[in-house]
Amino acid sequence: MTTQYRDAAGPYFGDYGGRWMPESLVAALDEVADTFAKAKADPEFTQEYFRLCREYTGRPSLLTEVKRFAAEAGRARIFLKREDLNHTGSHKINNVLGQALIARRLGKTRLIAETGAGQHGVATATAAALFGMECVVYMGSADTRRQALNVARMQLLGAEVIPVDHGAQTLKDAINEALRDWVASVDTTHYVLGTVAGPHPFPEMVRWFHQVIGEEAREQILAQTGRLPDAVAACVGGGSNAIGIFHGFLDDPDVELFGYEAGGDGVATGRHASAITLGRSGVLHGARSYLMQDEDGQTVDSHSISAGLDYPSVGPQHAYLSDQGRVTYQPVTDAECMSAFESLCRTEGIIPAIESAHALAGAARLSAEWGSEGAAKVIVVNLSGRGDKDVATAAEWFDLLPDQDTEDQSEDSGAPNIGVQA
Amino acid sequence: MTPTPQSKSAAAIDAAAGEGRSAFIGYLPAGYPDKETSIQAAIALIENGADILEVGIPYSDPVMDGPVIQQATTEVLARGFRISEVFDIVKAVTDATGAAVLVMTYYNLIDRMGAEEFARRLVEAGGAGAITPDLIPDEAQDWIAATDKYGLDRVFLSAPTSSPERTQLVAQASRGFVYGVSIMGVTGARDSVSDLAAQVVRASKAAGAQRVCVGLGVSARSHVEEIGSYADGVIVGTALVTALRDGGAEAVGQLARELSGKS
Repeated sequence: MTTQYRDAAGPYFGDYGGRWMPESLVAALDEVADTFAKAKADPEFTQEYFRLCREYTGRPSLLTEVKRFAAEAGRARIFLKREDLNHTGSHKINNVLGQALIARRLGKTRLIAETGAGQHGVATATAAALFGMECVVYMGSADTRRQALNVARMQLLGAEVIPVDHGAQTLKDAINEALRDWVASVDTTHYVLGTVAGPHPFPEMVRWFHQVIGEEAREQILAQTGRLPDAVAACVGGGSNAIGIFHGFLDDPDVELFGYEAGGDGVATGRHASAITLGRSGVLHGARSYLMQDEDGQTVDSHSISAGLDYPSVGPQHAYLSDQGRVTYQPVTDAECMSAFESLCRTEGIIPAIESAHALAGAARLSAEWGSEGAAKVIVVNLSGRGDKDVATAAEWFDLLPDQDTEDQSEDSGAPNIGVQA
Repeated sequence: MTPTPQSKSAAAIDAAAGEGRSAFIGYLPAGYPDKETSIQAAIALIENGADILEVGIPYSDPVMDGPVIQQATTEVLARGFRISEVFDIVKAVTDATGAAVLVMTYYNLIDRMGAEEFARRLVEAGGAGAITPDLIPDEAQDWIAATDKYGLDRVFLSAPTSSPERTQLVAQASRGFVYGVSIMGVTGARDSVSDLAAQVVRASKAAGAQRVCVGLGVSARSHVEEIGSYADGVIVGTALVTALRDGGAEAVGQLARELSGKS
């Protein structure tokens, strides 16, 4: 196999990437880059990493065909890469275990992380517990409210969760606060960035730890169908689960790759998180990439029903792959996403993370667009996480909770609204 | 560092040195608490002893700023601040005082406007140049070209963690002075000055920097005196912003007199 897009090295991906960071942190970034470069070439490191993947995370994750879900969407066969079955419930653990091993090599004893939905925070708290390290997780105040149970999970795992009240109180503000911590604590602390954004070497390093998703998925789909898929679909916030599964197929030109961004209320409303669809080149959190910004260059607050996709930029390699036309990025609205969420729950007995439901909605849309031609086609969807954390949000969306406000109670208030609202 | 006689900040630092003292550089956020008061506060700061003014441009994601400056700039953004206001403020203060006025800005604000256009408008307003806390020389090709074209100062930061190679890169890329980061952390007043500051100044000078000014955590006259004994300039931010918040332009003038040893 020729390598055109695979194994792309930082700091630059075309015009994107780099290190737009305060000088104070450059020495630490150099140290991480150097340690990572040596570690991935060191069999002792890679054996330890893949041992943890097998014996702690539970890899390889399954590839599950979802016939009933696929039949509702269209004619194509749909397979789910089951990252939701990993320990801690999402793909995030792949990266965190890798970076915790890097932190140990660096002699760091404290891990800090940002989190949106809480999946990366939970994964980091888990790795800190496993490695006997101190852990602090920064989380936007708005997100601590919509993901209260994940806050409790992190605390049970021994982490301190610090709510961030600045700005939009979401993922980007949590990253700002984590960077402020890091610049003051870099002697003892490794910043476990949770996605393929940020300064070099994070986009390359975080991707490397997630490449296992795509490598497994490629082998599994060949084993289960005897062929490569026609399309691979993933949700994109910062873009770590997407780059992880795409990487396995980047140099298979017949496999179309689709990244689904959070369309919020619809990109026309301005309330969305579709950085590639509507963003412009800019620098945020250490990387040049597509960025949701106003005319002055101020970051525009993003919006999504999914806290994990609520980020106004995207990993620089995604910006590059979009410009190259190798990956197609499209928005999926909250309503489309929740429709797919409900469909998977009902037809397959799998409750997906709301993030991952964006990819399911995209795959369903693709299959519908193919019409009867879809009968001969295969889609692999990265089911990046499970939806236990999202039950409260979904219950509210579908009006499943007992009405708190008696004045609002109408005659049919007890009836679930599933499938109607979306 | 490129020795350029036309560098306004270098000239201000050299003039202070001619009086046997280090330069006093004061930071205030643009447009805080409103445009007119921020101009009055800046003029009061300069008239009461500041040699160079640093005007911070409010930004949505200020990763190098502590709570006081974040709070101030968040308020400014919330009232609908637009970037053109900065050039008005620079012009008003420069016209009134003739002092060297630098802007302090996160790089995306320059990037969005375009480095060349930003530099052109800054020169037009009479500005001396810019301090860019999240821009390292490695990524600064556009900014270096634009500041060369318009003869503006470009101040990069040197940190306690900078390697000798990076210290040299920063010294060579900077014009006007090198901003020596005195502590590992964000902006904010601190009780004492870290001894890292002296090391940063020494390393930058050894790497060829002609002028090194020290900032982060400086809030009292005693800090100014201590840092002034080895640095070419002392930068004060948060303490002045606190004074402006609590007592307006008058309090800024009063604190400036204290910090500069005039009262």
